[in-house]
Amino acid sequence: MTEHFVTFTLNSERREATVDSRMHLGDFLRHSLGLTGTHLGCEHGVCGACTIIVNGAPIRSCLMLAVQVDGAVVETVESLSKAGALSPLQQAFATNHGLQCGFCTSGMLMTLEAYLRTTPAPTERDVRIAISGNICRCTGYEGIVQAALDTASAKGSPT
Amino acid sequence: MSGRFFGAAVTRLEDARLLAGKGRYVDDIELPGMLHAAFVRASVAHGMIRNIDTHDALGMPGVVAIYTMADFADIAQGPMPPMAPHPLLKTPITYHPLVDAEIRHVGEAIAIVLADTRAEAEDAAAAVVLDIEFLPTVSDAGLACEAGSPKTHTHLASNIAATMKAGFGNCAAVFAKADHVLTERFDIHRGGCHSMECRGVVASIELQTDSLTISTSSQSPYMVRRHLAVYLKCDENDIRVMTPDVGGGFGPKANVYPEEFAVALAVIKSRRPVKWIEDRQEHFVATTQQRGQIWTLDVAFTNEGRLQAIRGHCIHDNGAYAPYGLILPATALGSFPGPYALEALDLSIDVVLTNLVPTSPVRGACRPNVAFLLERLADRVARHLGIDRQEVRRRSFIRADQMPYTTGMKARDGSPISYDSGDYGGALDLVLDKIDAANFEKRRNDAKQRGKLRGLGIASCVEDTGLGPFEGASVRVTPAGKVFVATGASGQGQGHCTAFAQIAADMLGVELADVTVESGDTAKFPLGISTIASRIAVTAGSSVQLAAQKVRSKVMAFASHQFEVGEHDLELERGSVGVKGIPGMSIRLSEIARTLAGNAGVAMPGGIEPDLAATAYFNSNALTFAYGANACEVEVDPETGDVSVLRYVVVHDCGRMINPLIVDGQIRGGVVHGIGNALFERMIYDEEGQPLTTTYGDYLLPMASEMPRIEIHHIETPSPLNPLGVKGAGEGGTIPAAACVISAVENALGPEGPFIGLHPISPQHIVTWLDRARSDNGLAI
Repeated sequence: MTEHFVTFTLNSERREATVDSRMHLGDFLRHSLGLTGTHLGCEHGVCGACTIIVNGAPIRSCLMLAVQVDGAVVETVESLSKAGALSPLQQAFATNHGLQCGFCTSGMLMTLEAYLRTTPAPTERDVRIAISGNICRCTGYEGIVQAALDTASAKGSPT
Repeated sequence: MSGRFFGAAVTRLEDARLLAGKGRYVDDIELPGMLHAAFVRASVAHGMIRNIDTHDALGMPGVVAIYTMADFADIAQGPMPPMAPHPLLKTPITYHPLVDAEIRHVGEAIAIVLADTRAEAEDAAAAVVLDIEFLPTVSDAGLACEAGSPKTHTHLASNIAATMKAGFGNCAAVFAKADHVLTERFDIHRGGCHSMECRGVVASIELQTDSLTISTSSQSPYMVRRHLAVYLKCDENDIRVMTPDVGGGFGPKANVYPEEFAVALAVIKSRRPVKWIEDRQEHFVATTQQRGQIWTLDVAFTNEGRLQAIRGHCIHDNGAYAPYGLILPATALGSFPGPYALEALDLSIDVVLTNLVPTSPVRGACRPNVAFLLERLADRVARHLGIDRQEVRRRSFIRADQMPYTTGMKARDGSPISYDSGDYGGALDLVLDKIDAANFEKRRNDAKQRGKLRGLGIASCVEDTGLGPFEGASVRVTPAGKVFVATGASGQGQGHCTAFAQIAADMLGVELADVTVESGDTAKFPLGISTIASRIAVTAGSSVQLAAQKVRSKVMAFASHQFEVGEHDLELERGSVGVKGIPGMSIRLSEIARTLAGNAGVAMPGGIEPDLAATAYFNSNALTFAYGANACEVEVDPETGDVSVLRYVVVHDCGRMINPLIVDGQIRGGVVHGIGNALFERMIYDEEGQPLTTTYGDYLLPMASEMPRIEIHHIETPSPLNPLGVKGAGEGGTIPAAACVISAVENALGPEGPFIGLHPISPQHIVTWLDRARSDNGLAI
């Protein structure tokens, strides 16, 4: 087994680690670093549950190897709440019943977090396409879509 | 009942934790010294194991042990106990924890590998060498019924495990006199549950006492405990089963699985904690599936379009084992006659063994199948007579003034089935009004201008909910004034904790945040059945109400003794009980709890039983019937065969709603599951029983980009059968949805198009049908 030394930024903290060459990023985050908020739903890159943000873009942590994070900036669901308070997007998920079992939720949140940074005023159709790579079996998606729209419109409106 | 919280759309207590990534699912559990398991699984659908060579695999890095069924002989032997024995099943047809000799479907677990890491276990599993004698395979339930078919189980005389019958009235006489009789064939395809969390088990053994602790992603922790104790010949108290956060269930996680037993046996054997996490491919080949049925039905009806009688036969694809007995086909028979006032019914189901993954209930069990049959027949009759589809229904429905209505069918205990309440015609009228059916033809014409075929679909359903026998709960107020509710009814995302907290908080006059609900831990509540069959609001919800009521009575008795007033002079609110109109004459629940927790040598005041706590069970002796009417509009692209579901409207009556936010969520998710069944989800096997769709690239699930908004309108007819007046809501969205979407597609294809008696339908189906209609009828599109 070949091991590699990696240095990266994880949820605003600088981290160093030694990883097996074949370990994927999802397993590394969950089982080596204890960040179990990222969930593995299919491990073949389709369901989107394991989505995290790497260098600003949403990626599937089951399709990226841990060695590839060397030098990268990684954000996981654990970074969204600040000082124990839910982020506006997380709060909107609760308000709109955008989660039931919670298993796809982290991937949905991270996909939308990355999306809303670059698309501040999406239409409903835009949001549906943005999460068209994330499967949710519980909600029928409507609460998730509404949560994203509410978050965007709250950000866009003057406070 | 009513109160501050019951009936309010409060946001869920579960959410903050889950949103912050602090859920605790089974794969999030780490134990010291824990090994990781991987299963060696069958790659052929039928065969006899001649040899299992583990030599090379055992020498691989990190490998600690590899066990086959033979290795467990000193602990336990034979097949797993049947979860639901049935007199028609002469021999229980259950799995062994690991295959003993005969493999009966692709994916069956043959050996369990334990290693330091999951990757090492998987590497070694791939290196185990199997010598298998191939046996003839049958993967089609229809073929499996034919004489000379290969047998799924070589020792059984036939692939037909059981033939079930049900009916009432004199069908022959009604058919003989009927104005019209039609015959249709229906083909409903197999799909899966696809909870986003696969299954998983973490188990450990206490080295001094040999007791087992098992965390499993299950809907039935108490059934796992019960059947494992039977299998191991130990007491239930020697096994603690817990369900942590469970990432969806939808039915299949209600089974007790061979992997749960195999992991427990591996723990006993290795005396190490073991974790097994199912991967998605395993989920496709080892988690039960559902809906595969072929029906041939005759329907008798009058010139006016009143449905009179139905008779027919079903070939039910059971798969290779019947871990859940005949529960699934029984729900097919039990779903007739739906909302229709039939004079007679005569049905039989052949439960057929095939070399495929077993079937067991998936969201709605066979209720969606039967809604599909009945609603398609109603549309078919309308088409035959040239009258409106809704007219056939109005003339055939059981009327509101006929409630309670004895259908003619019998429950599992032989008692007559009676619909307690419902207004099926009213629900249909409301849904047609909400979708603006009156102006549909205008929208159809507009679509035609755009080159699209627009269709309106309708479907109604009745759903038996609140399946017995019981669930229970205990409610306890701690000396800190917090309320703990413990129940056997585990959750998989339904928001049970919030709903139960709403009930308890109202009864005890506390805030929602003061209530903690704990469920799915056999050490915290003695009994539980399963979270299945839209039964938990009725059974567990009512038990929380009854237990909280007992605690409230205790509070009142305590305060009455303390203040020397009658209980009618007391009021309980904001965590205190006090004398009405006398400020200061009150005592907090926390103080009462502290006193009732006891002090050495101090007698209980007023002779009240210690502990501010109570336990109650609610016996659900009769089913309570929810119902609904759905309508949707689709547009079909005649060039590509693509179907877009543009609007979907639900009218639903699940009695009193504990939390409308949660009810709506259940319905929306359920409808989308049904849309998936109608248009996308197809589990394909070849003739050799090899699954061909074992990734989400091959097996399509409904995605946000294809789903409409689901518009919901509630009718709240309180159930007379439980103290909350509730009916179940977990499956009512799914039940009519496939029927509704197919009705719309058929309507879009128009009178020249085919009668559609199958699902899922694909773009290929539609293009083929349209081509045929064009060539047969000169259809102008």
